[in-house]
Amino acid sequence: MENLKKTCLYDKHVELNAKMEEFAGFSMPIVYDSIKNEHLAVRNAAGMFDVSHMGEIIVKGKDALAFVEKIFTNKVSTLIDGQVIYGMMLYENGGVVDDLLVYRLNSEYFLLVVNASNVSKDYNWIVENSNDFEVLIQNVSEDYQEIAVQGPDAEKKILEALDIDLHDLGFFMFANYEYKSHHLLISRTGYTGEDGFEIYASEEAIRDIWDVLLKREVTPCGLGARDTLRFEAALPLYGHELSAEITPLEAGFKFFVKLDSDIDFIGKNALIAQGEDLSRRIVGIELTEKSIPREGYEVYHNDLLIGHITTGYLSISVEKPIAMAMINRPYTKKNTEVFVKVRNKMIPGFVRDKKFLEKKYNKTKGA
Amino acid sequence: MSKLVEGLYYSKSHEWVKLLGDDVALIGITDFAQSELGDVVFVDLPEVGDTISQEEEFGAVESVKAASDLIAPVSGEILEVNEELVGEPELLNKNPYDNWLLKVKLENNDELGSLLSSDQYADFIK
Repeated sequence: MENLKKTCLYDKHVELNAKMEEFAGFSMPIVYDSIKNEHLAVRNAAGMFDVSHMGEIIVKGKDALAFVEKIFTNKVSTLIDGQVIYGMMLYENGGVVDDLLVYRLNSEYFLLVVNASNVSKDYNWIVENSNDFEVLIQNVSEDYQEIAVQGPDAEKKILEALDIDLHDLGFFMFANYEYKSHHLLISRTGYTGEDGFEIYASEEAIRDIWDVLLKREVTPCGLGARDTLRFEAALPLYGHELSAEITPLEAGFKFFVKLDSDIDFIGKNALIAQGEDLSRRIVGIELTEKSIPREGYEVYHNDLLIGHITTGYLSISVEKPIAMAMINRPYTKKNTEVFVKVRNKMIPGFVRDKKFLEKKYNKTKGA
Repeated sequence: MSKLVEGLYYSKSHEWVKLLGDDVALIGITDFAQSELGDVVFVDLPEVGDTISQEEEFGAVESVKAASDLIAPVSGEILEVNEELVGEPELLNKNPYDNWLLKVKLENNDELGSLLSSDQYADFIK
């Protein structure tokens, strides 16, 4: 682990006896005490995640809006200052460079939050595609540290611990706040299917915030719980449900790809050509016998191999063996009988939707 | 610090064997194994009457995050399976030495000689 990068909270994770493992070149906490307890803390109260490893890239300049429109699948033109939007960057062939959040500070200033494992790839790709635009692109990942506070009590805990009232901050909105003379950027966003916030700040501020949230009994959560939570909310993880080999249409994320607008983002033509004629798609799968469908396991219909699991768990909140799986058509139809090969045993199940869990986003506030 | 029980035989794949009589033994997983795994949520075991062979996979213990193969520390015929673990797999986290997986009739007691003593196993997991 000697050559791994450390976030500014590394010593705090070690102090809490977290199990540390390599992730995207960082030594990150996988679990502190129990993935299950951490997961349930987020569903029922509030948990916090060190996500300082995430990448932040700034796009600034006269052509910033036009440039972000060119490299991003979702609709940027209607964003207002202080709004966040989720979408993807695509290669010309429709494969995914990365999925990301775009924060609009103003029409000439955007913040892109990307996956830790993709930061340098993304940065290089963004720069390569910026030749015709008057923009300044900066990888500011090392200056931005981040804590995600997630769960039904997140708003209350932040008010108590930081004396910051986020009541009026709308879903997928962000604003600037001051805490002990530190500048914080906070958005009502997350990766758990719960109401919650992501806080961006300097190292010093983030270390202080972590401590005061811990004192208020916000449960520290590792990457293990982060994955079980995002999975139940059917949110994709790059390298699993999205990749250079998987288009957003195949992944079932058409909603985040604006094919009918007049903006020609990179990869749009490939997606239009792919259109409705998908040869495969990511679906939900539920097993009817107790077992655990894990990533990479093969999926069969009778004796025919029809796909593989992209993420699967014995789900903690739903308490069933469920999975997302990349399945060939026409076996993507709901209720198609399937078998998942688990250690040479064929475990029966069926194709279902990905609404494993009712998401509890708070969309009532503000804007 | 992992707990150990003296008098058991240990495998390098983190199973333990407890000799009950001349040729009957219990098989389980060690405290080190359960602690590495984290929350155990599922135990996949063979059936009574099946046979297991030393160093071959015979099932799996699964935590939230990963499946870990169980490797037979000895060969033999399965006399009993601890059904309690099917309903309450988390018992393996609470006490991995009381909550055995299988009771087997040993095929060859000499195989015990290839396993580690508690002291040797303590060194092995250091």
